[in-house]
Amino acid sequence: MTTLTIAKTIATALAEEMERDRNIVVLGEEVAAFGGTYGATQGLLDRFGPDRVKDTPISEGIIAGAAVGAAMNGLRPVAEIMGINFAFLAMDMIVNHAAKVHSMFGGQFRCPMVLRTTSGGGRQLGSTHSQTVEHLYAHFPGLKVVSPSNARDMKGLLKAAIRTDDPVMFVEQATMYSEKGDVPDDVDFLLPIGKSEVKREGRHCTVVAYSKMVGVSLKAAAELAKDGIECTVIDLRTLRPLDMDPIVDSFKQTNHCVTVEESWAMYGVGAEVAARLYETCLDYVDAPIKRVATKDVPLAYSGPLERYALPSVDDVVKAVRETVN
Amino acid sequence: MATTTPTKSKRAATENAATPLSNEELLRLYKQMVEIRLFEEKCEELYQKGKIGGFMHLYIGQEATGVGTIAARRPDDNIITGYRDHGAALACGMSARVAMAEMMGRVDGCSKGKGGSMHLADINLKFWGGHAIVGAQIALGTGLAWAEQYKKTGAVTLAYFGDGASNIGYFHESLNLAKVWNLPIVYICENNKYGMWTPVEKVSATTSMAHKAVSYDIPSDIADGMDLLDVYAKTQKAIEHCRNGNGPYFLEIVTYRYRGHSMGDQRAYRTAEEIKKWQADDPIGKFEDVLLKAGIDPTAIDAVDDEVKAMIEDAVAFADASPFPALDEIYTDITIE
Repeated sequence: MTTLTIAKTIATALAEEMERDRNIVVLGEEVAAFGGTYGATQGLLDRFGPDRVKDTPISEGIIAGAAVGAAMNGLRPVAEIMGINFAFLAMDMIVNHAAKVHSMFGGQFRCPMVLRTTSGGGRQLGSTHSQTVEHLYAHFPGLKVVSPSNARDMKGLLKAAIRTDDPVMFVEQATMYSEKGDVPDDVDFLLPIGKSEVKREGRHCTVVAYSKMVGVSLKAAAELAKDGIECTVIDLRTLRPLDMDPIVDSFKQTNHCVTVEESWAMYGVGAEVAARLYETCLDYVDAPIKRVATKDVPLAYSGPLERYALPSVDDVVKAVRETVN
Repeated sequence: MATTTPTKSKRAATENAATPLSNEELLRLYKQMVEIRLFEEKCEELYQKGKIGGFMHLYIGQEATGVGTIAARRPDDNIITGYRDHGAALACGMSARVAMAEMMGRVDGCSKGKGGSMHLADINLKFWGGHAIVGAQIALGTGLAWAEQYKKTGAVTLAYFGDGASNIGYFHESLNLAKVWNLPIVYICENNKYGMWTPVEKVSATTSMAHKAVSYDIPSDIADGMDLLDVYAKTQKAIEHCRNGNGPYFLEIVTYRYRGHSMGDQRAYRTAEEIKKWQADDPIGKFEDVLLKAGIDPTAIDAVDDEVKAMIEDAVAFADASPFPALDEIYTDITIE
């Protein structure tokens, strides 16, 4: 076990995988000479050379396009798109091609690529640079969407994403790169894609979150515990496939649920989780399921305004109290 | 040949027309063009009968482009194109049976009936589709070429698109990256003069497609798409350029589609005179003259025509006999793991 930042964990996982398989190549804006905008590809160019670690023009369409085409033709590209807001420029390639070349041609083609990108607000970047929209990609059959909450999971899930033969959107929360965690040293440390994890157990309320909101939810749970309200906190880790099993098991005990996401509530992850609970566990529902999310507005630049719009520990505490009472 | 579309060139055959191809090869390429023409005419008929659904874009008039370019490739060179893909599929060697079964949504189609007219593909023929989002194939082809460069196979990628696709972002992002990365790819613009129903001059800052390659410092050439030998020779040169590690190449092939953009296109955006003018220069009729000049017996040409006719009838019978996929098939091949 080594304590690493999330940025270093990603760089380490990439290096280990590239060492293992020569077909793995890395491409994106600033990934080579400068080791990535967030330092998540640091050291790869020196170690693996310019044929395997490639800087690209600021051209999201062809970054994704080159990755899909190369993946169809035998490589295993890991493309970095600097932010999920810019990935809209690559959205056609991701949802119309990466997600479909396998099925639409009757299984002839494969698309073993990972598209790494960052998501989330909290950096005073204004409304176009601060969105959390990975759930949009989770809408599409054919894609996998992974968004881990901590360094250990980053390693295990990134390696699993690289090794799967399916296309994966791998979404990192942009304010978390310097967060540290204990990371297993095993070069074959893998976590299964499509498995949620119970992070804390409690009998009063089931709190469902992913990515940065797992930490927020755990802090809220600690707060609530002081008042004797015990929460189960579940980290989805993967948005597609969505593993509902631990959520359903917990909800049958707690009969209360709060979902927490950094995107907007409308048509979001919480809506999906709640709908599934209502569909499968109606007899266990003691109170309406609550969704904690970013307020339904574009994010503002000004610090206080941005913080006010984003979901906070207090928001989660409040939602759980309202639900449980 | 007998077809609902006139093919005979009005020009008299002249002597001593030297071609780089053997008579056997000439006849094979002629056969491919006739196969595409008759396949397309049959598709038109089956579409009108309701046996083929969806959007369908015919290649009639553009046969020399698909056949002439693909004849110049090595078997391991990649082909990728847009939705007007029947011609490339057949020229790559897909059997009319398998193509027709896909057209009709049957289980024996190349994509098990899941792709249809716009999404023909056969990975074993290095024919990568059939992609119906305009311009996406240009980006995907660039990725295919990158993989070949990385693996050092020497294989070249031929990425086809229409004049309409030259105005989309993928086109410009792809050409730029291919030049920066020195990728072995020939961008082949089939300039058939119209993007859907709109003439190129109304929507493109320049009507010269090759001119667009200049700003990316990519060498280019223009071929007469009604002349198979011109297409073939210029494609050979383009492929050689890429194979020798000189980076991308751009080939504009000036051609014409006799039919509309897609089926049901009744719009009056071009004149009967214009269509007739191009048909007078028909690529199949013109190539028939080449065969005659090369000394090929007219009866051998007639025999090919008859053979292809029978082949198309056989393809329809095969496709008709092929079942629709089982309903459970919708759940297969979504993801691998």
